[in-house]
Amino acid sequence: MLTYTIRRLLFSIPTLLFISLIIFLLLELAPGDPMAQVPLTVPPEVKQKMREALGLGEPLHIRYFKWLIQFFWIEPQVFIDWLTRDTWLLGWLPDTSLSEGKLRVISWQTRSPVMDIVIQRIPQTLWVVGLAYVVGILIALPIGIYSAYRQYSVFDQAGTFVTMIGFSIPPFFTGPLLIVVFAVGLGWFPSIYDTTHVVRDWASFKIQLQQMIMPVMVLALQTTAQISRFMRSSMLDNLNQDYVRTARAKGLKESVVVMVHVLRNSMIPVVTVIALGIPSIFGGAIITENVFKVNGVGQLLLTALFANDLPMVQTLTFIFALLIVVFNLIADILYGLLDPRIRYD
Amino acid sequence: MTDQTATPKSFEPVPTAPPRSQWADVWRQFRRHKGALFGGGFLVFITLAVLIGPYLWTVDPQKLNIRFKDIRPIYTALWDGDAKVNWAHPLGSDNLGRDILANLLSGGRASMAVGWAAMVISVVIGTVIGVVAGYFKRLDGLFMRFTDLVLSLPILPLLLVAVTLFRQPLRKNFGPETGMFILIVAIIGITSWMQTARIVRGEVLALKEREFILAARSIGTKPFKIITRHLLPNVLSPIMVSATLGLATAIITESALSFLGVGFPSDFPTWGKLLSDAVPRMEEFPERVVLPGLMISLTVLSVNYIGDGLRDALDPRIRGR
Repeated sequence: MLTYTIRRLLFSIPTLLFISLIIFLLLELAPGDPMAQVPLTVPPEVKQKMREALGLGEPLHIRYFKWLIQFFWIEPQVFIDWLTRDTWLLGWLPDTSLSEGKLRVISWQTRSPVMDIVIQRIPQTLWVVGLAYVVGILIALPIGIYSAYRQYSVFDQAGTFVTMIGFSIPPFFTGPLLIVVFAVGLGWFPSIYDTTHVVRDWASFKIQLQQMIMPVMVLALQTTAQISRFMRSSMLDNLNQDYVRTARAKGLKESVVVMVHVLRNSMIPVVTVIALGIPSIFGGAIITENVFKVNGVGQLLLTALFANDLPMVQTLTFIFALLIVVFNLIADILYGLLDPRIRYD
Repeated sequence: MTDQTATPKSFEPVPTAPPRSQWADVWRQFRRHKGALFGGGFLVFITLAVLIGPYLWTVDPQKLNIRFKDIRPIYTALWDGDAKVNWAHPLGSDNLGRDILANLLSGGRASMAVGWAAMVISVVIGTVIGVVAGYFKRLDGLFMRFTDLVLSLPILPLLLVAVTLFRQPLRKNFGPETGMFILIVAIIGITSWMQTARIVRGEVLALKEREFILAARSIGTKPFKIITRHLLPNVLSPIMVSATLGLATAIITESALSFLGVGFPSDFPTWGKLLSDAVPRMEEFPERVVLPGLMISLTVLSVNYIGDGLRDALDPRIRGR
């Protein structure tokens, strides 16, 4: 298992390098010019200087190499500096200044380091998306278990139908629909997510809860649809196995048979699916964030794209790719750990 | 059949039913899946509607008519007697007086065209890569590593990047509508073939070891002929199932791109574009969001149900029981 993990970790390095190269080349091939907004009266040699100031003067491979260094070498240094300076975890260590004077990945929009902006935006995304994922799983698991246990019952038929709908209705339709019904019609929830809202007491916590319900529900519907389908088919695979009959024959209670014996074995593929779904939910959050005006990571990517802010787009897209690779790895390792039949060696 | 073969010998049991072809069997099983049947019916209906509809409802979707702007759909008159309705615009008109029914029809045409074209591209790429990787052992590792790599690309962000960045040159070369169409179809097709490739490769790997392939090879059939004659017909069913999934995702992806504002231009409506254009005024005119949204959802739902039914119908273990 350990050798497998190490091998996979080593293999993910060229994968990530390749992905970053693809993203870089895609952005490079693009015809967009960051100087397009500069007035025509600015003479070309000044424009050339501005371009060089943005780091565009160097040839392609040098720029790619510099971005790699900035992302993989300088940004971790900044992180270590921050750890030793501002956190209680490692704050007792003497302050380090590894990154002093080094150039980080700079956004063309704001001229501030890209990672700083990303870190400002991550809590909003994590709150909405992460909570939605947890809620979705919590709803999906009981539905999947029960509809498998009572296969072809009314509940199962209804559950299958609802998951099919959850599959088919895109979030950019459910979002506005919920807004029309609950924000405009009934006036229960605000239609826009206020990220500056601070939870101080019970009343402000209630407001936070109200503004989170709709985006969380929209995202949770998608998650629920996928995971409950998986849970159901995985339970169905296990319910007819011999060990279930044995468990019943030796007089175990039905609840123990289903909730302990069957559920444990059925959870193995579901857990990996849950791990695999985490990065894709970040991608899907782009739409939901746009509908409810949550200024999270997805919104950041969209605005950066429209503003032709290539370093930001490059870094963000790469972070999404990094998430996918990492969670693929986690899913594979989890599968090996949970299922003793799986041997990777 | 000639008479001679059809006439049974006296001592043989007479076959009562005529021999059934495989596809008749598949159809019989497919018919038993109610959802799939409904889905198929709805998909045929919507396809015919967007194909023939513009000839029956000949209002120009782009025609502006300021006098008849913001007309509500005809059914709002049922509960709201004062609503501004007009039989000339049965589903109402938008803030510039463009007829919504005509827009829905032509938007559906664009959405369905994008969906089908992108699906065909992704299925073709996926099948080719899957078959080649499964059949030629030397290429297997390379192709599957490549598939894994593409699978770990973040698709939606990359789609957004590609569409925003390549919009201008394609528009310049092919005109705004055709350029956008080519771009979106190509991009969705190129980024969604991986599942098909994986499934097809798995099937081909298993089929390749069977005796009939060995027999074909032993009489000197060329690999290309083996693939087209023996392998492809046998992997047709998983390809069809993944094609329905591909159609559903292509329609949703196109609408999502239009919704995020990087899809087709405003004067070339698709369902997603209509939906996103209507969102700012959805408090007063919810039907402009609901109608295109319903069209997208129902189409995707019916395609998904067809996929479900096909999966059951094409599985010989389930069929015939």
